[in-house]
Amino acid sequence: MAEVTEAVEKQKKQSEPLFSKKNRMLISDPLNDSNPITVQVLGICSALAITVKLYPALVMSISVLFVMAVGNVVISLLRNLIPNRIRIIVQLVVVASLVILVDQVLKAYAYDVSKELSVFVGLIITNCIIMGRFEAFALANGPWKSFLDGLGNAFGYAWILLAVAFFRELLGSGQLFGLQVIPQSWYLDSGGVYANNGLMLLPPMALITVGIIIWVQRARNTKLIED
Amino acid sequence: MQELVNIFVKSIFVENMIFAYFLGMCSYLAVSKTVKTAVGLGAAVIFVMGITVPVNYLLENFVLKEGALSWLGADFANVDLSFLSFILFIAVIASMVQLVEMIVEKFAPALYGALGIFLPLIAVNCSILGGSLFMQERNYATISEATVYGLGSGVGWFLAIVAIAAIREKIRYSNVPAPLRGLGITFIVTGLMGLAFMAFMGIKL
Repeated sequence: MAEVTEAVEKQKKQSEPLFSKKNRMLISDPLNDSNPITVQVLGICSALAITVKLYPALVMSISVLFVMAVGNVVISLLRNLIPNRIRIIVQLVVVASLVILVDQVLKAYAYDVSKELSVFVGLIITNCIIMGRFEAFALANGPWKSFLDGLGNAFGYAWILLAVAFFRELLGSGQLFGLQVIPQSWYLDSGGVYANNGLMLLPPMALITVGIIIWVQRARNTKLIED
Repeated sequence: MQELVNIFVKSIFVENMIFAYFLGMCSYLAVSKTVKTAVGLGAAVIFVMGITVPVNYLLENFVLKEGALSWLGADFANVDLSFLSFILFIAVIASMVQLVEMIVEKFAPALYGALGIFLPLIAVNCSILGGSLFMQERNYATISEATVYGLGSGVGWFLAIVAIAAIREKIRYSNVPAPLRGLGITFIVTGLMGLAFMAFMGIKL
C-alpha cells in the first residue's frame, strides 16, 4: 500500500510543470520579500566593497549567479550522499572549485576587472548567501528547484548590488559603466554649478546607501518591519 | 620590531576589516545584538585569525607560490600551484576551526560554553579567509609579520563588533523610524562609524 502511494506521489511530483506557481515563487520571492541582502542579511561582505562602479558589480553578480546556480544543483544532487557531520567541508570544497573556475576565467578574459575585484572573487567562497542557500535549500530539495532557488537568490543579490553601484557611480563620478552621463559643461571647472560627490566613492557610503535601500523597501513593504 | 608594531596598528585601525573592507559583515550584523555574545565571537575570531594566517603563510611560501616547491628538488622549481590557493586556504580554515573547537572543548569547557555556537560559524566568516588572501596579496616578508597581521586584523574586527553591539543595545531605547528599525539603522550607524574610522586613513606608518 505504502509503495503504491509512494508511486502515486512520485508521479504527482513528476507531473508538476517546470514553471509551476511554486517554482516561479522560488525566483520572484528573493527579489523582494526574502531578499538575501536586505532581509536574510546574507552576503553583505562582498556586496559592499565592489560597488564603486557598475562594471565590476555586474561582473561580480554574474560570477555569483554562476557559482550559486551550479553549486546549488551539485549540492542538491549530492544531498543524499553527504554525511551530515562533514557537510560544511563538502560544501566548501564544491564552492571553492567553482570559484577557482570563475577566477581563472576572469583572469584569462577580463584581467582588469579581475585585478579590481582582487580578493573579492575568492571571497565568494565564504559568501554567506551561497552557504546559506546550500544549508537551507539545496540539502532538502531536488536539482531543478535548487537551480531556480539559486537563480532567484543570485538575482536578488544582483539587483541590490547594481542599485548601490548605480547610485555610487552616478553621484560619485558622474558616470555609468565608465561613460560620462553628467554633461561636462555642468561642472564647476567648465563654468557650471555641479561637482561630483567624492564621499560616495568612500566605503562607508556603500553601507549608508544599502541602509537607505532597506528603508525604502520596508516603507513600501510594511510586513518586513522589525520591532 | 618597529615594522611589526606598524603592521599591528595599521591592521587594527587603518585597514580595519569591517570599516575599510567590509569583511565578516554577515556575522557582524547577525551576532551584534548584545555585547556579551559580541565579545565571545570577537575573541574567537582573534584566536582563529592568529592561527590560520601564519599557517596559510607557510603553505603559501612552501607549497603554493611559484618556485616554492624547490625544496623538493630541482624538478619542482618551476611548479606554480597558486591556482589551488582558495581551496587549500579554506580547507586549512575549516580544519583549524574544527581543531580549535576540539581543543577549547577539552581544555576550557567554560569558554567553549560561551563560544559554543559561534566557533563553527567562523569557518564561513569572510574576514578569516580575507585575512589569508590579503596576506597572500601583500607578500609579507617573514612569518612573524604575517602572524602580527592576522592578530591585528582580528583585534580590529573585535573592536568593531563590540562597538556596534554596545550602540545597538542603546539604540533599542531610541525612537527610530519603523522601516529603519533593526537592520536599516545598523547599516547606517556602521556607515557613520566607518566615516569616523577614516580619520586614521591618512596616517603613514
